[in-house]
Amino acid sequence: MSQEAQSPMTLLYTEVEEELRAAVRGLLSGRSSPSEVLAHVESAASDGAVPYDLEVWKALGRDIGAAGLLIPEDLGGAGATAREAAVVLEELGRAVAPVPYLSSAVLATRALLGAEDEAARDLLGRLASGEVTAALAVSFAASPYTPPLSAVTLGADGALTGRVTGVIGAEVADVLIVPVAVEGSGSALYAVDASEARIKTVASLDLTRPIATVSFSGAQGRPVGSAAGVGDALLLAAGLLASEQLGVAEWCLTTTVAYVKERKQFARPVGSFQAIKHRLADLWLEIVGARAAARNAAALLGAGEDAHVAVAVAQAHCGVAAVHAAEECVQLHGGIGMTWEHPAHLYLKRAKADEIALGTPGDHREALALMADLPGPVN
Amino acid sequence: MGWDEAAVDERAQAFLAEHDPAKMERLDFLRARFDAGLAWVHFPEGLGGLGAARGLQAVVERRFRGTPDNNPGLITIGLGMAAPTILAFGTDEQRQRFLRPLWTGEEVWCQLFSEPGAGSDLATLATRAVREGDEWVVDGQKVWTSGAHHSRWAILVARTDPDVPKHRGLSYFVCDMEAPGVEVRPLRQITGEAEFNEVFLTGVRLPDSLRLGEVGDGWRVAQTTLMNERVAIGGTPTRRTMIGLLSETWRERPELRTHALHQRLLKLWVDAEVMRLTATRLREQLAAGHPGPEGSGMKLAFARLNQELTGLEVELLREDGLAYDDWAFRRSDSVDFLGRGSGYRYLRAKGNSIEGGTSEILRNIIAERVLGLPSEPRVDKDVAWKDLPR
Repeated sequence: MSQEAQSPMTLLYTEVEEELRAAVRGLLSGRSSPSEVLAHVESAASDGAVPYDLEVWKALGRDIGAAGLLIPEDLGGAGATAREAAVVLEELGRAVAPVPYLSSAVLATRALLGAEDEAARDLLGRLASGEVTAALAVSFAASPYTPPLSAVTLGADGALTGRVTGVIGAEVADVLIVPVAVEGSGSALYAVDASEARIKTVASLDLTRPIATVSFSGAQGRPVGSAAGVGDALLLAAGLLASEQLGVAEWCLTTTVAYVKERKQFARPVGSFQAIKHRLADLWLEIVGARAAARNAAALLGAGEDAHVAVAVAQAHCGVAAVHAAEECVQLHGGIGMTWEHPAHLYLKRAKADEIALGTPGDHREALALMADLPGPVN
Repeated sequence: MGWDEAAVDERAQAFLAEHDPAKMERLDFLRARFDAGLAWVHFPEGLGGLGAARGLQAVVERRFRGTPDNNPGLITIGLGMAAPTILAFGTDEQRQRFLRPLWTGEEVWCQLFSEPGAGSDLATLATRAVREGDEWVVDGQKVWTSGAHHSRWAILVARTDPDVPKHRGLSYFVCDMEAPGVEVRPLRQITGEAEFNEVFLTGVRLPDSLRLGEVGDGWRVAQTTLMNERVAIGGTPTRRTMIGLLSETWRERPELRTHALHQRLLKLWVDAEVMRLTATRLREQLAAGHPGPEGSGMKLAFARLNQELTGLEVELLREDGLAYDDWAFRRSDSVDFLGRGSGYRYLRAKGNSIEGGTSEILRNIIAERVLGLPSEPRVDKDVAWKDLPR
């Protein structure tokens, strides 16, 4: 009996992907459990530092090679696809791990892959080895359908000036990848050493992935090629964010199910009441759909096929599903769910921020109106 | 032998080379197809199958496209519910007797499970079967029986022991629908038509050879039937879809569009696409030999989506939505869902969350069997059926 060949389009997880998942989960369970994440966030806050766990990030890059998954082998990366990156993000979402994976290994990496200059290739090699961490100087609230115009301009002296808000991962980046408006020739991508910029973290809704304002005033940068990859980076990141949202939702469901089995009121586990069971059954079903949609987006992105519809569907569904899961998690934990001590709030904050990130569910549905030929009212 | 895609395809081609449907009687063609093991490839050899993986059926269906079919719309209960149960619990004799005419459509099957007093709580059913020598005498009333009026056989669950708790006193039978004492009356539903019936059983005598499984083991046998019913209701991929129909209307009638409806349509379009992907993933899991618990969710998702889509369609159509195509009280053998008017679709879809296990019961099943949540306290668990309050 021949086994079903695993095509690159399968919605299931391949053996290689399951091995990668096990490696990432093993790393995180040893060093980045939700309570450790919370402790880390708190100690960082009291030191005025950023919440990123650079030990875990280094291990992820060095031991597992996750930083270079999307980078071709001839540039020193793993030459893997969006499918594998999606599995990493599922696990990072499940742990609300404070690592700059999405900002460096997805957003900045994909923008550089479209830049094509030798300088970009050199930088990609250093990103792949985990030696360098980068951040894309574009707002996390930008949508792939209306990429923002660059707020950074190139002066006659070759120096960069401007201010970008809502940037993730800048605080721990060695280098910033900046789309720059260039008079006459549209835009170009620049690499700017973080020391050349002023990076100010904003008190953020998401404690484990804060946003920052990045300002340049006469900063020295190196042109690395075309900024054409920025739109693709936003699309790829939106598609992969669905997998992070899936991971967030799964943790919330699993944790809530475990809690309602244990918690007793009226002399029975609260999870034996139909009012609770039905809500959790509906949530489970929503997450089953999220997995199919996220896998589909990752498969199409990974195969280099047109993934616009798949990404929009995945984002429209998974963004809502993760928020719903986190809200149910807080509600069904009762008073405990409202406490700072319980990690549920880390997931709620991540889920709500993710819902806005890279296009809201409404933005993605609106994009589908065009793509699925379902136009709005004539007037 | 092990069957792979190429081997199954080759067998299908070889069969078609020897059997030209244009030169054969329809029934002869179907019988020959069954005997060649190309009816349902996952069934054992000699019973219409090859003992191959279920996913390989698609290979056969591709080859047989355009050849005479067994009228699947009319025999869904036989195919989806009776056949897997007979396969799992029938004696060799029963399998040989029933499966071939069931598959060819010569004998139509219906299901005698639900009763006026036993719906979601099926195990509390009251139809009695009393043993008299080599026969069982059956008395009771069944309801929601689709296709009873042209069925040759029925699958029947009846109470054979009222003195034990409800789940333990049931037995499972094949009921001869032509036996004296079987009376079928159509039951009109909210759409105006009658898809199903009430069936009155009065002193119906069934030989013991029509019993499926052990006496008292009827509940376990019925579980096999019901799991297959939910797969059949929830998992059927159809080419033309409700979202497709609604989208066509939306494109063709720009004057009906509003912003509020547009938002709902887009949301439902996403929901439909997510459900399609979920079903695709589920089929991949089945084909790979790893059936997941996702199957139990598909019917629930389908019911909700279909109800929302049909509700939106009526609203979108405005004045046309005020009209109804046909209230005539007539028997309908199969549901022409997309062929009828929007009002019919809206009303018929209400049944999607009731038939074959209500959405509430399905949520219980997901919560208890998939998520492992505890069941509600059962007051009737250890009480003899005859002593239950009613």
